[in-house]
Amino acid sequence: MLYNYKASCSTDKLQEIRQFVDDLLRQHGLSDVESHKVVLAVDEVCANLIIHSHGCDANESIEISVEFKADKTTVFEIKDHGEAFNMAQYKEPSLSDIIRTKKKGGIGLMLVNRIMDKIEFYQSNGYNVCRLTKDFNK
Amino acid sequence: MIEISTAEDKEYVCISVGGEVDASSSIQLDATIQNAVSDGFKKIMIDCSGLNYISSAGLGVFMSYIQELEIKEINMVIFGLQDKVFHVFQILGLDQLLKIVDDEKSAKGLLNVI
Repeated sequence: MLYNYKASCSTDKLQEIRQFVDDLLRQHGLSDVESHKVVLAVDEVCANLIIHSHGCDANESIEISVEFKADKTTVFEIKDHGEAFNMAQYKEPSLSDIIRTKKKGGIGLMLVNRIMDKIEFYQSNGYNVCRLTKDFNK
Repeated sequence: MIEISTAEDKEYVCISVGGEVDASSSIQLDATIQNAVSDGFKKIMIDCSGLNYISSAGLGVFMSYIQELEIKEINMVIFGLQDKVFHVFQILGLDQLLKIVDDEKSAKGLLNVI
């Protein structure tokens, strides 16, 4: 099954995006704790795009799709037309650096990395795509 | 939606955080902790029993105070986290860097207040 959701680039929309993803995961039998983590990962990617790629411009939008596959993996794609994210340039910060410098950037992606099984960034049909894969067999 | 209230005693302040702390609402949590620090409280309790969700923006707020609290010798204790929310602190190991206890009684015990 494939589900789609489109949201304007306002941080107010994050709550609706989380609700959309949580409802789907719960419908597909995931527990509260399991769903919570995966919702968090999707929220982090969407928040990054809304704030950093689109500067919270509500005239712009991001699209989220969720696909439940037969092999019990679930694929989340977050698509937009903003500035592409360069994964090669991302260096995970250390917690001590974040505490010392008070710069909070990078924590979100740290969480996504630990929650999801695979993260890919690529461009397709004029879209930037962030593809997150979660294997619920694990 | 985030709900924040504070209760002040002579010795300490208790900040109750409810609802959801995300990229949109974390600024309010930040402002409330900042006020408590500016007001000169040396003992801060954070009641998270009504907190249903926290994202990196909220975790970042707590992390950004770790150094300042140490320098100013302010004792901050978080309590009442639901399992699913506590787990988010654990993912990055923040449960080792922040003082987190189960309930209000333990928090008061740690802060040595009645």
